[in-house]
Amino acid sequence: MPVSLTNSKLIHEALKECDIRLVSALPETWLVHLIRFAEEDPEMTLVRLAKEEEAVGISAGAHFAGVKSAMLMQNHGFLAAINGIVSFAHLYKIPLLMLISYRGTFGERDPWQTQGGNVTEPLLRALRIPYISLDMPETAKRRIRQAQTLAESSLQPVALLLTRDLMWEE
Amino acid sequence: MLRLDCLRAVYSEMENCLVVTIMGAVAAELQSLGHRPNFFCLQHAMGLASSTGLGLALCLPEQTVVVFDGDGSLLMNLGSLSTMARYGPKNLVHVVFDNESLLSVGGFPTATSTGTDLEGIARAAGIPRTLTVRSVEDFKTAFSEAVQGRELTTIVAKVEAKGPSGYVTDLTLLENRFQFRRHIQSLKKAR
Repeated sequence: MPVSLTNSKLIHEALKECDIRLVSALPETWLVHLIRFAEEDPEMTLVRLAKEEEAVGISAGAHFAGVKSAMLMQNHGFLAAINGIVSFAHLYKIPLLMLISYRGTFGERDPWQTQGGNVTEPLLRALRIPYISLDMPETAKRRIRQAQTLAESSLQPVALLLTRDLMWEE
Repeated sequence: MLRLDCLRAVYSEMENCLVVTIMGAVAAELQSLGHRPNFFCLQHAMGLASSTGLGLALCLPEQTVVVFDGDGSLLMNLGSLSTMARYGPKNLVHVVFDNESLLSVGGFPTATSTGTDLEGIARAAGIPRTLTVRSVEDFKTAFSEAVQGRELTTIVAKVEAKGPSGYVTDLTLLENRFQFRRHIQSLKKAR
């Protein structure tokens, strides 16, 4: 499977450097290594979800407990989590660090991913969720740190889009 | 059985628990008994009270976490039962007040009014201890055993579809949220 092991490792290391202790996830191809790293890491708790919206509640609980957390999901999972983001994270000022695999854009071969790709950024903008793409290993760690810092200082959801250029090796 | 009577019956036992409630009648009635800094009322995001309780319970294994859920809310997030069961925190007590209706929006009947059995779903999802209660005495007993029992428990309490006259309380959402987190941080410092 040509999911980048090197860049997945880089992202996991960046999460550790941010003191992320809980990761909630719903699997998708690009996230397989990241989920495995979280599961194998004795300093991290991995929560495998049935649906991505659950992660908003779990991360809110972690925040109340004083534990830093991150959410791993596909952009379609972000779509599935929107009510929770608006009516919990935004309403109650809960910091969320959302790592979203950005499927359905240039280079996408799976027809079923393509509509989600079209609406991901417009929706992030409509929801006024600060976001940035992770497209190069050279800047990925710094951007993850910056995103985590902003989520904590602003008490709001912040998104990182994991792009094909970073996650996929062909 | 009235939900308010159930809440009153276990109010003193909640003193040392972290309590998360859903919106609507549960939140308003709990607050009418007297708000405490260890209570968090999730006044929207239906379905996520149980997920919030799971996050708290996993991060704070030494605390007892109580979730007051409802049939309408749980039906919106049945997957939460499977996630709770998967990780099975022993310090989580999940109470579902089942009044078979979406009371706060006008009393529309939910699927539990036509036979959906939430305790059965919880059991089949893998929640290790489940029970259904229909009297305040049974509720009090079930709640006490669950709080002391150290086993993930779902209690379905069948209650009447009756609630308070209004749902907006004088506890603002953000005040509640910041107070709740500060309370938990003070518990951690005291330890």
